[in-house]
Amino acid sequence: MRDRISAIGLEGLRARATAAENDLMSLGITFTVYSEARAIDRILPFDCIPRIITAAEWRKLEAGVRQRVAAINCFLHDIYHDRHIISDGIVPADLILGNSNYRPEMEHFPVRFGTYAHICGIDIVRDEHGEFRVLEDNARTPSGVSYVIENRHLMRRAFPDLLAGMALRPVDDYGMRLREALTEIAPEGVLDPQVVLLSPGIYNSAYFEHVFLAREMGVPLVEGADLVIENDRVFMRTTSGLRAVHSIYRRLGDDFLDPLVFRPDSMIGVPGLIAAWRKGNVAIANAVGTGVADDKAVYAYMPRIIKYYLDQEPILLNVETNICREAAGLAVTLDRLHELVIKPVGESGGYGITIGPRSTLAELDAARAALLADPSNWISQPMIGLSVGPTLTPEGIRPRHLDLRPFAVTGRSTWVLPGGLSRVALKAGSLVVNSSQGGGSKDTWVIAETAA
Amino acid sequence: MPLLARYAEGLFWLARYMERVENLARLVDVTQTFESPGLEAEAWDALIRIHADEEHFAKNHTVLDPEAVKHYYLLDTSNPSSVIGSIEAARTNARTLRPIISTEMWKHLNVFHRELATVQDWELRGDALSRLCTRIKEAVQTHTGITEGTFFRDQGWHFYELGRLIERADQTTRLLDIKFHRLAPNGREERQLEERTQWGGMLRAVAGYHAFRRIAPVDFSGDQVVSFLLADPCFPRSVRLCLSQAEWHLTQLRTSYGLRGTLTALEQIEEMRGALLDRTAKQIIQDGLHDFLDAMQRDLITLAAVIGRAFFRDWRPAEPEVATEQSQSQSQSQSGGGSQSQSQSQGTTLRSTADGGITS
Repeated sequence: MRDRISAIGLEGLRARATAAENDLMSLGITFTVYSEARAIDRILPFDCIPRIITAAEWRKLEAGVRQRVAAINCFLHDIYHDRHIISDGIVPADLILGNSNYRPEMEHFPVRFGTYAHICGIDIVRDEHGEFRVLEDNARTPSGVSYVIENRHLMRRAFPDLLAGMALRPVDDYGMRLREALTEIAPEGVLDPQVVLLSPGIYNSAYFEHVFLAREMGVPLVEGADLVIENDRVFMRTTSGLRAVHSIYRRLGDDFLDPLVFRPDSMIGVPGLIAAWRKGNVAIANAVGTGVADDKAVYAYMPRIIKYYLDQEPILLNVETNICREAAGLAVTLDRLHELVIKPVGESGGYGITIGPRSTLAELDAARAALLADPSNWISQPMIGLSVGPTLTPEGIRPRHLDLRPFAVTGRSTWVLPGGLSRVALKAGSLVVNSSQGGGSKDTWVIAETAA
Repeated sequence: MPLLARYAEGLFWLARYMERVENLARLVDVTQTFESPGLEAEAWDALIRIHADEEHFAKNHTVLDPEAVKHYYLLDTSNPSSVIGSIEAARTNARTLRPIISTEMWKHLNVFHRELATVQDWELRGDALSRLCTRIKEAVQTHTGITEGTFFRDQGWHFYELGRLIERADQTTRLLDIKFHRLAPNGREERQLEERTQWGGMLRAVAGYHAFRRIAPVDFSGDQVVSFLLADPCFPRSVRLCLSQAEWHLTQLRTSYGLRGTLTALEQIEEMRGALLDRTAKQIIQDGLHDFLDAMQRDLITLAAVIGRAFFRDWRPAEPEVATEQSQSQSQSQSGGGSQSQSQSQGTTLRSTADGGITS
């Protein structure tokens, strides 16, 4: 790979990368950023140097993701039913029942195959010893998978010479697998279930991904107003009248799904959807109330959760985490504020994070005040030597921090898309890879197993 | 495969907006050729009148200056029926349609939209204007060609074509009207010569000049041009051909997709064809061409409304509580679909009843 990249040369790489990015803009492979009431379409910056994962590394990652998803689903089933994990004293009750993402509506409601988190994205980094560690679980509506596949298409168009002869695991069948899972979870007895993707619409920043997934699955992209509930059954409005809908991949948050149950002011949801679901007339992926499992506070307990349900050691380690709601965790955090990364438990997208060693005294004081004001809102983690990958920069090819988000699809069983989204911090030294804060992405290559 | 009512409506309007853009470019181009020295403003005034934009135009302009009119119809974003306004609306529709239109259709429209935003005022002046009009026209033709070659032909395609044909028929009546505003029916010999030159210019604007030459006598008269544009069975932009093609698409929807709601629209076309063929062009001109064209435009609005009521978004199985939304589409004035209601919600928060803007 190194030889191939040098054969293209820096200038060649830059010219092709620019052309590739223009291509993304023309194709509208963009996300929308809103500022000052203006909508700006941005591409996710693309780094043309692929991130390579060996077959052996992937074996471990895949098994680890599978294990994690299994534990998350067991956990969700348990807390919405008998709550053994609470009565056995593994996870404190108030952490679950007092969690803002806990949904009483889900109590004693069975979902098919016990699958709650049908689509899961697990954020993984490598520490300074090369060990994979899970940074965060995303069990609500994780996004980014469209870029995994589009990045591969882009590489094929712009860098055929880099890909030539490489035995890579394909990423093209994600849509098919997703549709399969959504078909499996449809209500029993429906012969040819109608699957749809429910999107908030064109003004959502991830609209491109919604379009992408609807197309890859070959199912209609519907908005709330396209759906109507009659007699606790879901229908879509078509030119030939109402047509039954059996399985919904929803890309809007719990709060907005059904104004009769959640936020009454939601105009993008479907009134009566939850009732239809509880009657067993429609499947919804992901299930409502999965947010309690990917909460940053619950994250700290994940190794214990895995052990409790699966009786296995975690294949992928957590980053060591101090729970500030516990006296010991808070004390350690306050004591070592300047060494730790302090994260709010409720936020996503990299917002609200204080990186101790890179903060001014004033920033540390602010973090300390916030911690003391509401300790249960915070966790802290040690700084880890986040993994880097070679990245094309204005200064040449330089190391930049990156992470990996593999995607798991679960219906009857779990399938993991080989590779995942590699996000890269394009600014030197930056640890924040989120697209909303200037991160980019790379094609992720999983080398195929050689025939034994 | 069922088709979402929202998609059907979006396709109908996508095609309408694109067709409108092409015709607007043709109209501006031909208006320039109608400019008589010293009477430039008169030619451009006609453009405003046939679009019934007098009031809206007067809001932002104090004098009727040719440059201002050109800007108003090509680049003025505050004018929803300008080229730039229509492209904006077409792209918004295309965005909602991305799940079903071809990637190539979307990409072309997206790039065209971006290019149009870079057009400078100097391109509206002198010989540059005609080149700009050609560029716009050819971009729409590229869109049409990409659509022809890549768009999956299930029922969505029929709705797309219906939108295009209704808009095209409407635009042909407007083009004829511009001519009506310019000329009195009779005159002396040199007047007739000038008339003939102008009729020729109009025929060229709709790419019909040579076809007309083949079927018309050498010393043609105005009513033969009128007849050609209204009732010729073969000319792609004649009202008659548009109607019979629309009829074919409605029939396909009826027979291949079982859409029985097409009946009212089919009857409407039947009536319009009657009005078109019952009288000769000479008689129509004698009875008043402008009034005839006006009635034809109103009939086309009704036709679009009938299709909308039967199949689009506001189609509802008799549910009284949503009846208020019925008026959302098709209540537009002469120029068909209007502006977007861009209630930005960032997807997560609230949204007005508007659906992110499919139609007016």
